[in-house]
Amino acid sequence: MRTRWVVLVGLGVAVLLAGVVSVFASSAPDGLTKVSQDHGFAHTEETRDSVVGGYGPVTGVVGVLVVLALAGGVTYVVRRRRSEPTE
Amino acid sequence: MHVPDGFLDAPTSAATGAVAIVCVGTALVRARKELDDRTAPMAGLVAAFIFAVQMLNFPVASGTSGHLLGGALAAVLVGPWTGVLCTSVVFLVQCLLFADGGITALGTNIVLMGVTTVAVGWIVFRLLQVLLPKRLGVVPVAAGIGAFVSVPVAAALFVALYAVGGTADIALDHLATAMVGVHTLIGIGEGVITFLAVGAIIAVRPDLVYGARRVLARRELEIKPQVVA
Repeated sequence: MRTRWVVLVGLGVAVLLAGVVSVFASSAPDGLTKVSQDHGFAHTEETRDSVVGGYGPVTGVVGVLVVLALAGGVTYVVRRRRSEPTE
Repeated sequence: MHVPDGFLDAPTSAATGAVAIVCVGTALVRARKELDDRTAPMAGLVAAFIFAVQMLNFPVASGTSGHLLGGALAAVLVGPWTGVLCTSVVFLVQCLLFADGGITALGTNIVLMGVTTVAVGWIVFRLLQVLLPKRLGVVPVAAGIGAFVSVPVAAALFVALYAVGGTADIALDHLATAMVGVHTLIGIGEGVITFLAVGAIIAVRPDLVYGARRVLARRELEIKPQVVA
């Protein structure tokens, strides 16, 4: 499989996970949140509002694309060009 | 394990922020050796994939869930320094867009869930690679075990940070037992997801997996003399 196809299929899976499968994710508090509730320091949390209104199928896909653009952009700039020596 | 604002005091958050800046800065320089035209596209994919899978909380115990952290996965697929960059981008976007993880805790989250899981995952992975047979099939297994170990270690580091700069006066031994206990369970999920994801790429294009490079190079060395003969 060509690299382009590996990346495209992988992205398709990521979009599917964020946009569809995430609906079935557990809504129970995660490990740290639960421990903070059980051990009496949950009240110290300072909450704030999400810019995009929290995680959902649509915002999840938006998040995937934003992360892709940012991480892809950074690593594209950082990478070794083909003409340069390997080490 | 996203740490919100308020759990750790300002000096501790400033210190982890400084550590995060040094780590990401170093990664920006060192990742260059890991990335070339062929492997660079994988880095964006790995970050996007980790973001997506972090949305998938799985149940671990009564009323508790966990999700992938992803450091070991990133380290094995694209290299440890690039892995630090990928996970840091994920936590940055989660923090700024989704209010997931505190603003003052961004450094803490990058250090705990990014740098720590990358470092522990990669070290355990390399150790197993040295000890176990040098075969491609071992790569996903070693990655999965590294991922499993990385999660309770990150949880233990949170407890250490809380001991230094926690804002509530709570019993630290109880905190340690609870944090490491539940995150050992979450680590099992981390290990399984990492095993499956690395195994999938190994199956189609092992040459795109950073952690498989030594195995592939060794295989070439074994094949070449026969070609000459």
